[in-house]
Amino acid sequence: MSEFLQQLLNGLSLGAIYALIALGYTMVYGVLRFINFAHSDVFMVGAFIGYYVGKLVPEGTLWGGMIVLIASMVGCAILGMTIERLAYRPLRGAATLNVLITAIGVSLLLEYSGQVFFGAAPRTFPQIFPSANFSVGGLVISTNQLAVILVAVLLMIGLQFIVYRTKIGTAMRAVSLNPKAAQLVGVNNDVVISFTFGLGSALAAAGGILYALNYPSIDPLMGVMPGLKAFVAAVLGGIGNIPGAALGGLILGTVETFVNGSQWSTYKDAIAFAILIIILLFRPAGLLGKFTVEKV
Amino acid sequence: MRLAAALLALVTLVRAVEPIKIGEIEPMTGKDAAFGQSSHRGVQMAIDEINARGGVLGRLLLLVDDDNQSKPGDTATIAKKLVGRDKVAAIVSGGTSSACLEAAPICQAARVPFVADQATAPEVTEKRDYIFRNCFIDPFQGAMLAKFALTKLGAKRVAVLTSVTTPYSVGLSRVFRDRFLALGGTIAADQKYAEGDKDFRAQLTTIKAAAPDAIIATGFYTEAALICKQARDLGLSCPLFGGDGWEAPELMEIGGKAVEGVFYVSHYSSESTAPEVREFVKKYRARFSGETPDSMAPLGYDATLIVADAIARAGSTEGPKLRDALAATKNFPGVTGVTTIDSQRNASKPAVLLTVKNGKPQFVESIAP
Repeated sequence: MSEFLQQLLNGLSLGAIYALIALGYTMVYGVLRFINFAHSDVFMVGAFIGYYVGKLVPEGTLWGGMIVLIASMVGCAILGMTIERLAYRPLRGAATLNVLITAIGVSLLLEYSGQVFFGAAPRTFPQIFPSANFSVGGLVISTNQLAVILVAVLLMIGLQFIVYRTKIGTAMRAVSLNPKAAQLVGVNNDVVISFTFGLGSALAAAGGILYALNYPSIDPLMGVMPGLKAFVAAVLGGIGNIPGAALGGLILGTVETFVNGSQWSTYKDAIAFAILIIILLFRPAGLLGKFTVEKV
Repeated sequence: MRLAAALLALVTLVRAVEPIKIGEIEPMTGKDAAFGQSSHRGVQMAIDEINARGGVLGRLLLLVDDDNQSKPGDTATIAKKLVGRDKVAAIVSGGTSSACLEAAPICQAARVPFVADQATAPEVTEKRDYIFRNCFIDPFQGAMLAKFALTKLGAKRVAVLTSVTTPYSVGLSRVFRDRFLALGGTIAADQKYAEGDKDFRAQLTTIKAAAPDAIIATGFYTEAALICKQARDLGLSCPLFGGDGWEAPELMEIGGKAVEGVFYVSHYSSESTAPEVREFVKKYRARFSGETPDSMAPLGYDATLIVADAIARAGSTEGPKLRDALAATKNFPGVTGVTTIDSQRNASKPAVLLTVKNGKPQFVESIAP
């Protein structure tokens, strides 16, 4: 029983990170209807900003950790908005495929410039937050795991608040529903889209920091696998749907952990993706997505 | 006519002083970078020393090195380039077993001798008579670890963690498992992961439930360090140990306090009092700002010296002659021990067991082949 609970906790903390990255995919998709493949590399840049800023603040303090987290989120928000301004905005109105290929190009650009600037060898991420382990009836809980789940939940609540309770959130939903109509009622689409990228990238940065805290070896290609998994999580939950992305991330993380702890661990990715296929067979729009017929 | 003769003489003269090209394939970047960086320093030192002595056969050695970025597939491309375009006389490589397995068929087909300086999987040299190595092989290392676990650690039940995507780890786990069972031990749990994985909590939680006396992880250093860290986080306090894939400064860097007291195999100890080792460590420190070499540097150094020695004995850089000379290498004194190439083109050398103390590797014991 305690083994089961332990695996569940491991799975939830992994799933929370997938969920944070998945939110970025899903938000951009919701507003712009395209998959921002560079998102997983913003996640990587977030971890590296954390690595460099983490050297400037004392290790293992709460305020130091918060500074690192905020610096990285702000840095990545700026990066996300810059990417949108330079790479995607000139293609606004072009075919989705063009934007998609540009996104892959930006992703490769970030990965390989990362290898040039950060070096290709893995780096050790500092323990920026104070850490401790405590056990509750055979269950070992590390503060890092708790921090991941806690920060993820707080950010998701914050996101939900922004999207549903603020003016900019209402504008985001308006653009998502119908960009032309939104413009007609006075919404500045460019600002809204820029904001969406900034917000999504900040969440990716938080995901990057939390990931690096739990798995303290970072390299410029570290975003590739988690990015792919988070993308799957976003599709699983229903792409474009915010609670769906969170749910998808948690399901994927938990399934992966349970398979990893069994004797079929070699097939862990195969099983995770098989689940995706099965769910999409029965619910083509994902778990929480609404199925709509696209008008041509 | 006289002009032609003079030209011919000139051409032969230029030929004679043309350097002998030695190819080198290393993982200089990427996840196996620690191996390549260290091995490359050893190879460079050897080349410079040979050239300072006047080279081999009156010709200087020219190193043509390339980085395989620790990526599958790149070693094969580089090997093709080295034999095809650069026309190297021989290739040395500090790549992992899987990297060397990529280069092996290419070197065999081109009849260019290939010396792996630290690939320990037996398959690397099997069935190909142009492929050599100057380190021990996994059956020896695995047997040694099995004996160590049972006698020194007093572990009756050991959990095994294997990286299923590397032939090295799979082979080492297999040998360890067989030998450990044969010696009367029990395998408490058998868990797997893939190269590049970062989360091992699931596997370690299963291992914890099996309550082993010790855990062996047969993969490479990055994963090993994360495994140690997460094992300690989960409250697993039993000894952790592994093969020579653990040896890298990154093990201590990433693992921090979690790797204190772990054991791993190495090819030499920098603390050894053997004159060859002391001299090598002294030269290395003088050249690389006081750093202490791990075993990949002396392995690369020895491999290069063995190749140079074979070229001198063969009196030629032709593939078949050089191959025969390499195969006849006998009692070659090196930093990592005396090398004699056997009929399987392997070197049988002693293995060294190290432990981590205060963030530094420390000598435990040396096991003769």
